[in-house]
Amino acid sequence: MTETFLTINRVRIVVLLALAMAVPFVTYPVLGMTVLCFGLFACSFNLLLGYTGLLSFGHATFLGTAAYVTAHALKAWELPTLPSLALGAGAAALLGAVFGLIAIRRHGIYFAMVTLALAQMMFFVFLKAPFTGGEDGLQGVPRGSLFGLIDLSDDTTLYYVVLAIVVFGLWVIHRAIHSPFGEVLKAIRENEARVTSLGYDVARYKLLAFVLSAGLAGLAGATKVLVFKFATLADVHWHVSGEVVLMTLLGGVGTVIGPMLGAGVVVVLQNELADKVGSFVTIIIGVIFILCVLIFRRGIAGELNELRRRVLGDARSGSADGG
Amino acid sequence: MTEIFGFPIQALMGQLVLGLVNGSFYAMLSIGLSVIFGMLNIINFAHGAFYMIGAFLAWMGLYYWGISYWWSLILVPLAVALIGIAVERTLLQWIYKLDHLYGLLLTFGIALVIEGMFRHWFGVAGQPFDVPEGLTGGFNLGFMFLPKYRAWVIVASLTVCVGTWFIIEKTRLGSYLRAATENPKLTQAFGINVPIMVMLIYGLGVGLAGFAGVLAAPVLQVSPLMGSNMIIVVFAVVVIGGMGSIVGSIATGLMLGIVEAIPKVLYPEISSTMVFIIMAIVLLLRPAGLFGKER
Amino acid sequence: MLKGSSIGLCVGALLSLGTAHAEITDGVVRIGVLNDQSGIYAGLSGPGSIWAAKKAVEDFQPEKHGLKVEVVAADHQNKPDIGSSIARKWIDVDKVDMIVDVPTSSVILAVNQVVQEKNKVMIVSGGGTADLTGTACTPNSIHWTYDTWALANATGKAVVKTGGDSWYFLTADYAFGQALERDTEAVVLKNGGKVLGKIRHPFPGTDFSSFLLQAQASKAKVIGLANAGGDTINAIKQAAEFGITQGGQNLAGLLVFISDVQALGLNAAQGLILTEAWYWDMTDENRKFAQAFTAANRGAFPTSAQAGVYSAVTHYLKTVATLKEDGDGAKVVAAMKATPTDDPLFGKGTIRADGRKIHPLYLFEVKKPSESKGPGDFYKLRATIPAEEAFRPLEDGGCPLVKK
Repeated sequence: MTETFLTINRVRIVVLLALAMAVPFVTYPVLGMTVLCFGLFACSFNLLLGYTGLLSFGHATFLGTAAYVTAHALKAWELPTLPSLALGAGAAALLGAVFGLIAIRRHGIYFAMVTLALAQMMFFVFLKAPFTGGEDGLQGVPRGSLFGLIDLSDDTTLYYVVLAIVVFGLWVIHRAIHSPFGEVLKAIRENEARVTSLGYDVARYKLLAFVLSAGLAGLAGATKVLVFKFATLADVHWHVSGEVVLMTLLGGVGTVIGPMLGAGVVVVLQNELADKVGSFVTIIIGVIFILCVLIFRRGIAGELNELRRRVLGDARSGSADGG
Repeated sequence: MTEIFGFPIQALMGQLVLGLVNGSFYAMLSIGLSVIFGMLNIINFAHGAFYMIGAFLAWMGLYYWGISYWWSLILVPLAVALIGIAVERTLLQWIYKLDHLYGLLLTFGIALVIEGMFRHWFGVAGQPFDVPEGLTGGFNLGFMFLPKYRAWVIVASLTVCVGTWFIIEKTRLGSYLRAATENPKLTQAFGINVPIMVMLIYGLGVGLAGFAGVLAAPVLQVSPLMGSNMIIVVFAVVVIGGMGSIVGSIATGLMLGIVEAIPKVLYPEISSTMVFIIMAIVLLLRPAGLFGKER
Repeated sequence: MLKGSSIGLCVGALLSLGTAHAEITDGVVRIGVLNDQSGIYAGLSGPGSIWAAKKAVEDFQPEKHGLKVEVVAADHQNKPDIGSSIARKWIDVDKVDMIVDVPTSSVILAVNQVVQEKNKVMIVSGGGTADLTGTACTPNSIHWTYDTWALANATGKAVVKTGGDSWYFLTADYAFGQALERDTEAVVLKNGGKVLGKIRHPFPGTDFSSFLLQAQASKAKVIGLANAGGDTINAIKQAAEFGITQGGQNLAGLLVFISDVQALGLNAAQGLILTEAWYWDMTDENRKFAQAFTAANRGAFPTSAQAGVYSAVTHYLKTVATLKEDGDGAKVVAAMKATPTDDPLFGKGTIRADGRKIHPLYLFEVKKPSESKGPGDFYKLRATIPAEEAFRPLEDGGCPLVKK
């Protein structure tokens, strides 16, 4: 049973990877990279919401903080690309630790509100900080090169680098979820009091999950700087914190790859519909929200899993009958 | 002249009075949000959209049908309540048993759709709406010039807030409403139609937002974006006051307006971030808000 | 008409001698109107700008010049990443040759990079950051209608000269607000005025009463509004309520469009002083344009930004028709700079080496309701700032394209 599940999983991963590798040949790479970055962002958010049961309403801060730090490192300090990315993600993780320490003492909607409040304060800090360039942002950030060897100015080359970074991020999430640590997180989601009574230090687990999530969201934000060559205030606005909830919900809360799919749908809608339906974009996104909550609460990945379970389940029971 | 923080005390008085006016708006908006949360367990993100509809209906009434401001003050909240009831019946009623998150997301989607439609029909530049006859001009209070309209806002909103509190806490209808939400099965058994009570509460809550919208029309830009600019702050007010607490919403709304007035003089840039700083501090010290009970 | 086009053909032939590959890429000239269609700048640009671009194409009659022209449009939602990726997709996939309008500074600067990298053309009308013809200028961009420096300079100078020599600023705490305030303050001081105080308010703001009260207490003759859109509207509405203008103080809007005045109504806006590059009720051509615009846009009057889109598209098409080439953006922009502009709405003008389109600016005062003769009759002309004084001197911008 486990064996077949794993093989199916492996096949799925290979297929998905092959599809991702083929993207630059099908569409233009920048769209693909945007989807990947927001996908990683949504997956990191889902690590909290889907696996730990914590709704953070300030996740844009981590995306944006890392973007600013990476952009500043590349542009002003002229650091190489990889250390700049690491610096950005690290800064986000550090900020995540601060947010986490304050917020995890509260539950449910109050937790969400504390993260929102802290995120709004950070928005103010970034607005006032001299190095961020106000709402104009940090523009014209160089992409640099990989180990001084691979020039990243070409979009297709960069796409594969971004893909590698995002796959790394997803691998980290996957490992975290399927480790004993992940099991404790899931147990906290289901019944926090029970986990406490079993002698686990719940606060520490939550904090670790928060830091990990913030760091990965930061990695997404840092990578996004490479793609767009700028970091602006739009990244730290609470609208982005709202969007990531939509992506995750649409893709499927508590599924590994779901948020990536959700991010894909939202980003493609925002970009592709922008020149087709003009001002209707927000109405369409609103309708999707409503339909998601009322009809497809499992999200894309959740509904697909359900479908597969039914089909496979039927097939299995059918063969059992035959044998 | 006496000074506080190097600022003349008379000017500070003026600022506090203006803060009270802002506080009245916060109170009126947060009271509806709070009632809906307290009784329906829904975090109504669409509240700002209903506030916007209120302002727009007042403008449309005047512009298309010649309905005066005073009639709008009565008719518009009713109309907004009806729209709210329609939304509640068609969409919200299916999700009461789910986690808070879903109510938040659903109403967020509803807000996007409503705002999007108004944007599409009316654009975003906004619509002109003059201060009604009889409320133009102002009083000279000695330390400041208080426009009559602002004074009226304080009076009107406080009356409505206290009225709402009275209906819910002190009348028979109010006791039915509270009963219907606290123990639906038992209340149903007593022969009270619970779904209708829930529907009425939602109508009441958004009707109050509509009323605030009419009050705001003469002083703020009547634009489809006016609601989303406001909702996050009002949200914070409700959380600070204690979610579901009516008295908490009124008190916190007024208090926040006044507290905000001080940074507006000393360090204006931070004035709109102030509410979040207060929210973070309050939640850390009193998890259920200033007037809330921990659930 | 015949004569004109034959001259055009000759010039075209001459210009195309040097380049063997001169041609219209994929046979169609594509113009992308990239702006805000749902947010705070949708009123001043938005759908009206798309209409203006299409109208310009229609009036140009491309088929007579042997051109095929298409207009596409997109909503950048005021987000730089969306604006930037739409620009990339347009250029890479949809073969868009020129991007026009682009309000919102952060989006301008982001799209600017993309357009330069891909060697296409960007003409900004709805946006105002003066950096576009300063430190961020490129061989691929032109700034058409206005910029923050020009508005600040025109309003500041004219107001001080007519006696408004003490100022108090209400400034949006954002880069464009600060730029407006900085440039206005400089010109006020230079002309012998003084600045009594300033307040940086959060952006976006809703309640301005507190700030207005402080401005009132300062006894400054002029309250400069260094903000835009909804902030300016709210500030003016509340200033009327507090009787600021009746008290003898004047309001100067540093970034105000006719769409804002229409949203305010004359009751609230009367007496406001502002600078615009274009107003519909100035010439017969303008009135004709405005009539068609109003009919097609639910009674809205065209803003200077929207008229600027018309003017910019017209000049672009003329240049492309002459060059018979649209693929090499820098070359098109160079030719646009070399040719004087002439169109029905903005009349004759030029484009400077730094990409700054040069034309006169007008200082207006908003009429009292009793002076207005009908819908859209909002402004009376107070002064004309001649073209040569209207914009920042070439050498002051710090544009790398300008050789010292």
